[in-house]
Amino acid sequence: MTTTAPKKSPNIGAIVVITIAVAINLVIAKLMATWSYSWFPPQASSAASYVDDLFALETGIGSFIFFGCTGVMGWVLLFNRAGKYDESDGAPIEGNTKLEIVWTIIPLVTVFVIATYTMNVNMKLQTLGPKHKYVIGTDPTALMEADPMADVGPIDVIARQWSWEFIYPNGVRSSELHLPIDQRVNFRLISEDVLHSFFVPAFRLKQDIIPGSIISYSLTPTKEGRFRLRDAMFSGAYFSQNQTDVIVESEEAYGDWLKATAKKPLQPGLDPGRPLYDRRIARGDKGWATVPPAPAPMVNDPGDPSIPHDA
Amino acid sequence: MTTTKYDPRILKAPHPVPGAPDNWKRFFSFNTDAKVIGIQYIATSLFFLLVGGLLAMIVRGELITPPADLVDPSVYNGLYTMHGTVMLFLFLFPILNGFNNLLIPTMIGAPDMAFPKLNAAAFWLVPVFAAVLMGSFFAPGGPASSGWWSYPPMSLQNPLGHFINGEFLWILAVALSGISSIMGAVNFVTTIIRMRAPGMTFFRMPLFVWTAWAAQTIQLIGLPALTGGAVMLLFDLSFGTSFFRPEGGGDPVLFQHFFWFYSHPAVYVLVLPVFGIFSELFPVYARKPLFGYRFVAIASFGITFLSLIVWAHHMFYTGTPNWMRHIFMFTTMLIAVPTGVKVFAWLGTLWQGNLRLNTPMLFCLGGLFNFIFAGITGVMLATVPIDIHVGNTAFVVAHFHYVIFNTIGFGVFAGIYHWFPKFTGRMYYEGLGKVHFVLTFIGATLNWLPLHWAGLLGMPRRVASYDPEFAIWNVLGSIGAFMLGVASIPFILNIVSSWARGPKAPPNPWRAIGLEWLLPSPPPAENFEDDIPTVISEPYGYGLGHPLVEDEEFYVRRSLEA
Repeated sequence: MTTTAPKKSPNIGAIVVITIAVAINLVIAKLMATWSYSWFPPQASSAASYVDDLFALETGIGSFIFFGCTGVMGWVLLFNRAGKYDESDGAPIEGNTKLEIVWTIIPLVTVFVIATYTMNVNMKLQTLGPKHKYVIGTDPTALMEADPMADVGPIDVIARQWSWEFIYPNGVRSSELHLPIDQRVNFRLISEDVLHSFFVPAFRLKQDIIPGSIISYSLTPTKEGRFRLRDAMFSGAYFSQNQTDVIVESEEAYGDWLKATAKKPLQPGLDPGRPLYDRRIARGDKGWATVPPAPAPMVNDPGDPSIPHDA
Repeated sequence: MTTTKYDPRILKAPHPVPGAPDNWKRFFSFNTDAKVIGIQYIATSLFFLLVGGLLAMIVRGELITPPADLVDPSVYNGLYTMHGTVMLFLFLFPILNGFNNLLIPTMIGAPDMAFPKLNAAAFWLVPVFAAVLMGSFFAPGGPASSGWWSYPPMSLQNPLGHFINGEFLWILAVALSGISSIMGAVNFVTTIIRMRAPGMTFFRMPLFVWTAWAAQTIQLIGLPALTGGAVMLLFDLSFGTSFFRPEGGGDPVLFQHFFWFYSHPAVYVLVLPVFGIFSELFPVYARKPLFGYRFVAIASFGITFLSLIVWAHHMFYTGTPNWMRHIFMFTTMLIAVPTGVKVFAWLGTLWQGNLRLNTPMLFCLGGLFNFIFAGITGVMLATVPIDIHVGNTAFVVAHFHYVIFNTIGFGVFAGIYHWFPKFTGRMYYEGLGKVHFVLTFIGATLNWLPLHWAGLLGMPRRVASYDPEFAIWNVLGSIGAFMLGVASIPFILNIVSSWARGPKAPPNPWRAIGLEWLLPSPPPAENFEDDIPTVISEPYGYGLGHPLVEDEEFYVRRSLEA
């Protein structure tokens, strides 16, 4: 916003004020970008740092624009208010073609820079594999080729109304997702009822699960801990209960867990919508219509929802 | 009033015409006067703003604590679905059509709309589908509860198996709303193209007319896709087809394309007229010409064009391949350019102005402030990796409420206050207006700013319960929402009491330049009647000292005598 400078001779005062304002704005933008890293859960996958860096970049640019524009608004509110009985007009400026061209081109260049940077980030993430359609009722897993870059997998992720089930390559089934650290894991995402979404905020990754399609999806966890996996695509009455934990552990611990769990008998897994549904039935099925929850998946390790998650 | 000034030809007209302008019964009849229809639209939609707001407050009441403890989760889902549907189809679209009705004919100097009966029919469909939608609360199994997206297969589940169910009525209401909007759009576009006053070339049209034209063009292109999608959804739900049912070989993702092909541009249908309101009001209250009028006018159609090729940015995480994500990321980001042109032009208009901070100006400034913020989070959402993390979380909820309430809602309030004297003939109370603004601004900021952080931390949207780490952001949000509920009290008080017994409004209380301000307040049935002015200059000539129309003194004198 450089309209302050009158055309005739350079107005030293205005230039000094604008320079100071821009400098302050740059400092604020930098501070905001740095601060933005603290708005996220911990970085627990190889994608997370890319996402956070990109977000910090956009927070910086965005803050500069936001405080620049609202700074102009603040300036006019302070210095260009009309007095109570002042009915005079403002400066009759109808426009300035040069300035208008400049403020068309600068945003154009800015968004091209951001978009190009994002494309590069996006090419690096490489999480989404192929997607194949299949007839519901048939076994889709035969359709899906393995991800050649993956170290572990494929692990089948089955989302239901309202539970999660994970089937590991050795046939072990669980209600919480166990993953080894620093290994690229390949998933086959499957739903047989409605849309769901595989969303782990600490991984910064999300992929919808589409009934009638099997989707290959891969990621690399980089931090040990217990992270929340949330269904992010609305899936009906007990959608908000449809969450479980992802446990990222060392390769050894993961191997031990797989071996130990393979010996356990199948038992009903986590079924987080069930208690609410039972309560509703006990109260005379009041409320608006819903389909009943799918039966709890039969798993070797139902996990323990009482353990607090890290993020 | 203007009873005696009536043109006798109108009283002989075959269509129903009010006996006198202050006959309140005309507001409850099939009236063909665009100004009556405009007020019908605005009154109806303000009523539904209260309904939608009440639903929102129950939703926020549920979310003030982490567990689902206020209502059953199935009820919560129905409430938030109906909140979104009511706010979009019964508040925002109708209220902007109300503005179109009041402003398009008076701003371009037309006596009425091109198709007055079609216009009235379009309005009367609103109470019809409103009744269908409200009736769905009493349908077996309750109202639709699959969100306003109504994504299949969830929306097709129909747990009780009744033919008439909430989802069925919801689709019917949305389809009727679409028909009503298309009828309106045909009318508005025809009126703008064919019925301008002599001398009013396109580049002498006020910005509101430009933006209404750009917005209604989107309706004509986009709505058929949504209506088609809705009909297919209805057939899947009720007649056993499998357009979107995976077990019959259908593809649920196909619906998302139909839905977003219209429903993303729909946001621009709503926001463009509000850009028009900003462009009208900033010059009046800054006492300056609109900075770069032609650029701003053309940018409206730039937005129209781009809005039609961005829809798949709502589907970055549905399995959309990378090449397609990149194309839609680019097109989405490009929208920042024409909107940026507008924002900078408004700032240029304010610069070195002589600002008068009355209620409409405060709402405009608040709306612009919020819009700059919303635009920045919008560009963040357009970048694929960010969208993959924050998509379908509270961040998106916060972003689009910043657009839809904190920008569009603010613009709507600004417009109501600004043109209230013109169309009711009464002044509103400035003090109550300012109380309304302060409560609204604080409430809206408190409601939606904190939710951005909840979303970044990973709180999904549409949840009835959430993990305790999100509690602080939600408590703040709920307090803000209740404050917005309180803010409606001074607003209602102001509008009702001012209209009933406010001081009489002069024809041009804001010393504004524009054809509508050359008319008496309220304008007579056929606006300029036989003396349509000839426009001789661009709008917004504040401080330039040349008249807008030929023989301007005559119109000013006549408006004062009325």
